[in-house]
Amino acid sequence: MSDDRLVIAGREFKSRLWVGTGKYKDFVETKKAIEASGADVVTVAVRRVNITDRSKENLLDYLDPKKYQILPNTAGCYTVEDAVRYARLGRAAGVSDLVKLEVIGDEKTLFPDTAGLIEAAKILIKEGFIVLPYTNDDPIVAKKLVDIGCPAVMPLAAPIGSGLGIRNPYNLKIILETVKVPIIVDAGVGTASDAALAMELGADAVLMNTAIAGAKDPIMMAEAMKYAVDAGRLAFKAGRIPRKLYATASSPIEGML
Amino acid sequence: MQIQVNGESREVKVGTTVADLLRELDIKSERVAVEVNLEILDKGGFAQRGLQEGDRVEIISFIGGGSQEPSAISFQMRTALSFPES
Repeated sequence: MSDDRLVIAGREFKSRLWVGTGKYKDFVETKKAIEASGADVVTVAVRRVNITDRSKENLLDYLDPKKYQILPNTAGCYTVEDAVRYARLGRAAGVSDLVKLEVIGDEKTLFPDTAGLIEAAKILIKEGFIVLPYTNDDPIVAKKLVDIGCPAVMPLAAPIGSGLGIRNPYNLKIILETVKVPIIVDAGVGTASDAALAMELGADAVLMNTAIAGAKDPIMMAEAMKYAVDAGRLAFKAGRIPRKLYATASSPIEGML
Repeated sequence: MQIQVNGESREVKVGTTVADLLRELDIKSERVAVEVNLEILDKGGFAQRGLQEGDRVEIISFIGGGSQEPSAISFQMRTALSFPES
């Protein structure tokens, strides 16, 4: 698998499993789970520093930015203005032009506001950002995002944190055929088979947070996800057999008594 | 003079720079971004940027997060979506 690199906007990534850093018990568990996952891209949220309690440790004390590509996201932003502001702050705090752009449309579903997403992406691309947009499983929106200059698209599998798995594999398949940039399935994965399925469909990577952090044993689940993504990728590249309604014998008839 | 830091009022000496404020708060400058009155500062400019009475300062950094949690899902929704545990 080591020569099967994912390349986005000229940057190479070793792992096709990307992980979020939220919802863990503590930073030690975060670090251990990320190590077990083998991921080299980790998403982080942009928030106010706690100035009243300075004893709180910093996430980056546990995740070496030299070892991991830190990917700031605009989680929690419901307007174009907020998303652009958080993206700019994330770039100012870090060392990278990469941003996982989210413009959330609705609190209940956390589905993306795709009109706002396209608008925010246009502004940030003009400012030199490498915009990785979190979007719906909508092939038309995916194409629009690529047309305005997004070097990858991140369609959801199901609502964020829902663990419902891939609700619409056919739309993902159409997205994969429609746009020629890397597709990173983001959000909704519940367990290892969901991740494997995403990769078997031809996704270039999978990003998840809750499926690992929310598992009874997050570190073990992180390892399971690593194998699932690798297995799904290999199966996709190997090419699965066609589905048939009836049996095809796998042992020869010749030589039978 | 009074300024606002991350939404809270704070008394600082006249002539305080952004770098002084970070030092006072024991915050390492390499891991944060600073916004003063909605203008994002260059990291190299913290020592030069003097603060004025009434300035609104935001000091931000990275925290754990993947995407926003679906906190607003109602109790009924959760119940409807919950599958039996093993």
